[in-house]
Amino acid sequence: MKFQAVIGLEVHVQLLTNSKIFCGCSTKFGAAPNSQTCPVCLGLPGALPVLNKKVVEYAIRAGLATNHSIAPRSVFARKNYFYPDLPKGYQISQYELPICINGHLDIEVEGEAKRIGITRIHMEEDAGKLVHADIPGVGDDSCVDLNRACTPLLEVVSEPDLRSADEAVAYLKKLHQIVVYLGICDGNMEEGSFRCDANVSVMPVGSATFGTRAEIKNVNSFKFVKQAIEYEIERQIELIEEGGKVVQETRLFDPNSGTTRSMRGKEEAHDYRYFPDPDLVPLVISDDWVEDVRLSLPELPAARLQRYQAELGLPFYDAEVLTATRELADYFEACLSRYPQAKPVANWVMGEVTRGLNDSGLAITACPVTPDLLAELLKLIDTGTISNKIAKTVFEEMWQTGKAPAAIVEEKGLVQVSDTGEIERLIDEILAANQGQVEEFRGGKEKVFGFFVGQVMRASKGKANPAVVNDLLLTKLKG
Amino acid sequence: MELHELTLHELHEKLKRKEVSSVEATNALLARIEATDQKVGAFITVTADEALAAAREADKRIAAGTMDVLTGIPVALKDIFLTKGVKTTCGSKILANFVPPYDATSWERLRERGAVLVGKLNQDEFAMGSSCESSAFGSTKNPWDLACIPGGSSGGSAAAIAARQATATLGTDTGGSIRQPASHCGCVGLKPTYGRVSRYGVIAYASSLDQVGPVTRDVRDAAIMLGAVAGHDPKDSTSVDRPVPDYTKALVPEVKGLKVGLPREYHIPGLDADVKKAMDAAIATYRQLGAEFVDISLSHTDYAVATYYLIATAEASSNLARYDGVRFGHRSPEEGGLLDMYSKSRAEGFGAEVKRRIMLGTYALSSGYYDAYYLKAQKVRTLIMHDFLKAFETVDVILTPVAPTPAFRIGEKVNDPLQMYLSDIFTIPVNLAGTCAVSVPAGLSQSGLPIGLQLIGRPFGEESIIKAAYAFEQATDWHKQKAKI
Amino acid sequence: MKITRADVEHVAKLARLELTDEEAATFTGQMDAILAYVDKLNELDTAGIVPTAHAVPMENSFREDVATPSIGIDNALANAPSRVEGFFRVPKVIE
Repeated sequence: MKFQAVIGLEVHVQLLTNSKIFCGCSTKFGAAPNSQTCPVCLGLPGALPVLNKKVVEYAIRAGLATNHSIAPRSVFARKNYFYPDLPKGYQISQYELPICINGHLDIEVEGEAKRIGITRIHMEEDAGKLVHADIPGVGDDSCVDLNRACTPLLEVVSEPDLRSADEAVAYLKKLHQIVVYLGICDGNMEEGSFRCDANVSVMPVGSATFGTRAEIKNVNSFKFVKQAIEYEIERQIELIEEGGKVVQETRLFDPNSGTTRSMRGKEEAHDYRYFPDPDLVPLVISDDWVEDVRLSLPELPAARLQRYQAELGLPFYDAEVLTATRELADYFEACLSRYPQAKPVANWVMGEVTRGLNDSGLAITACPVTPDLLAELLKLIDTGTISNKIAKTVFEEMWQTGKAPAAIVEEKGLVQVSDTGEIERLIDEILAANQGQVEEFRGGKEKVFGFFVGQVMRASKGKANPAVVNDLLLTKLKG
Repeated sequence: MELHELTLHELHEKLKRKEVSSVEATNALLARIEATDQKVGAFITVTADEALAAAREADKRIAAGTMDVLTGIPVALKDIFLTKGVKTTCGSKILANFVPPYDATSWERLRERGAVLVGKLNQDEFAMGSSCESSAFGSTKNPWDLACIPGGSSGGSAAAIAARQATATLGTDTGGSIRQPASHCGCVGLKPTYGRVSRYGVIAYASSLDQVGPVTRDVRDAAIMLGAVAGHDPKDSTSVDRPVPDYTKALVPEVKGLKVGLPREYHIPGLDADVKKAMDAAIATYRQLGAEFVDISLSHTDYAVATYYLIATAEASSNLARYDGVRFGHRSPEEGGLLDMYSKSRAEGFGAEVKRRIMLGTYALSSGYYDAYYLKAQKVRTLIMHDFLKAFETVDVILTPVAPTPAFRIGEKVNDPLQMYLSDIFTIPVNLAGTCAVSVPAGLSQSGLPIGLQLIGRPFGEESIIKAAYAFEQATDWHKQKAKI
Repeated sequence: MKITRADVEHVAKLARLELTDEEAATFTGQMDAILAYVDKLNELDTAGIVPTAHAVPMENSFREDVATPSIGIDNALANAPSRVEGFFRVPKVIE
């Protein structure tokens, strides 16, 4: 029997706000344990939540960017369960009435386009952290740090529309790109800013009913998502083929072994007893508010990709590379506004700039060669002041020193030689020293021409204007 | 007159005229507590040192001429209000040693005006009760008859006023917890409209019903206290951003033409004869003052108690989940795993009534029962609310008893929770409708126990009930009667 | 019977309340009586009635996204039954 996998993803997106979703505590990562807490996020008696308006704005942004309807009225609900990292004994989330409904994302896997439905996006608070700290005398006990408690999250719940690990990864990457583009999430998967749980089931090909699903938690990189889903699909198929049955359970992905394992021997039946949180009031979002947010949205990657091809005439490959992150595309466009020739700018950004970033480990936003400097450099090539080849030397110097290209050219004497007299003198010397090759050329072996060009360029230390060299060489050799 | 006998506004006049100092007044009340609280048991914590320090500060403020109406006034708070650095138990063993790191907004507002905190008052555990018997720190006695309950859950707040142990107090009212003890102890107790006073820093029982309000000696004091604590609080999403009127402007004894509704559903079989007599007398008094009476119907009254016990317990079951022995409160000393730690800590920390309500509320929210219980109750709540809104289309205030009987004897209803719940029939609908009501002294039973009447106003109609209550108070002298203790 | 002893024990587990046998028996009887009483709500037809969460109409209460100082580690941990090096300490959490 052939099997077909069915996958749905639940993604938790940590929002880039200054303060928590229901209190004023800072959301900065890495502070001393419990140092970013207050009565509200500690769940002290008497404390009450007040909604951070920015979180709503970010949720609307995410909803619009993923083609959702924004609910005119939505409600926060309590999800009740006991766990030491959950201070109030309930998590404030949204249940029956989430803020965004019925969205989708279009993905492409191996050249095939596919639309993935998104059921909903809702807002909720994060839990704290349980640390199994290596503190002397603590033994097996767990330690609770509530700095992360009450940090704002969006939960993005996809439809079970994904059919392979590759599709899941493509969807996840696309969603990741969008939330980072929107400036609502730093996208840092290692720190948990973008986390994914995968619901995986398998069914016989052609079946109309889905199989029993397992929920895989703790998959915090694209690579692991692929590994975890592939492993889980295989596990379930093997299980069924051996006559076993998939049980509905939560499984934990272990990155070391690349496998998933059941989280609890005996899964306690959950009864979250959701009900509307009486400490919070309904959220009513007017059309005007939605429109304001819509107008403030940055151009999304898909639209940018399209525009780079249609308006700038860039090939798909270039457009895709340049729009991979908002920062890179912004950098590209900043250069383009100063030097409006898309292809050369694209070549430089994808070439020297990207190489420099990779070698140095710097982010594009910290690139020492600013758009101003890069544009200046390109202009120097245009005016014939330096050759493309020299420009690369100048670029390296710019990267190291941050100096303006003109200053470097001047300082290092890199100005291109276009003086025909000077070049003629070099050509004469080289022709005289290589009579044998001259004869070969004149005998019809035109390939030798490249040899002469190289010799002249080397003798000029790369500064000779290649066009002038070509002209003069031809005249001399043929003459 | 002795200093502890003064009302808030009388003491204020004396402080203003520098006839007495806040330190003298505070000492007088502390002495009164010392002399009477062995018998009454209104206080869980007496903050004598802090009170005297605050009184000295208040005296400086008075000397500097920057006093407020509350400056130097000795007040006490139900132990449900968080007081920074002062133990706050909510009447529960689970919080027996809890010292909050912050102040409730309502206390903060009183404190900033210079009020002096003399102590924290007994209450039913987590405000769950109508008798003050569920407190982990023992029952409070009714100062009018020490064998009787003071009412609840704000029993300490009312008993302290009746025993003249504090000049004014604050309580909270979820299903009658201010009005019923005020009625049983011969005080004025006002439950404001939901959202009128911040709930921040008030330990939650049922979040959609809880409201803070004053228990005082007379209507003027209630108006002053309400004005001091009312108003929007950015820390409470359910506090309403709406201007606070000067409630003392409503203190005019003028009810000519006032339309008073008498709900026919409130003539219940269990109504005590003395209560009925007091009601009839009150109606006669109002008629003499020129008020007009209108028969009205609050047709869903009979469903209010059932609705209340589903909504309140459901919210409570969730609100009380935070008492898990992790960050504060009682943790069982018994060894064991996490699950045991939770279950034992909560079993040891909570009393029977609290457990019963957590159980009931958990059940009402649990899978398969939500629609039948919680959601159904929220829908009936809509019907009850509409009854009131409809009634207020034709009347200005509604007049009812506060409780079907005067204070009952301690221990009388402990074993029959449902009977205890049913005694809140006149007060519960007001919380469900979210509107305001005041209890004012209106008589004494044959055995000498106080009887209160309830005036219910439309949402944010506090001025109208204050006015009606003030007119009644001026025309009678029930508020001048006092407990012999 | 609206509720059985087994229901009561299940609910107690959900609510993390360890009940003695006696408590479980008492609560079963009392909850049964209370639930029988609240059944009277079924006399009312509530089809089409909008549930009320707050009796006073309310919507949109926000705070601005401004970070405010925390209360400090000492205050946060001051009431903790068990703590270690800035953490709340709890029995081992089994996963």
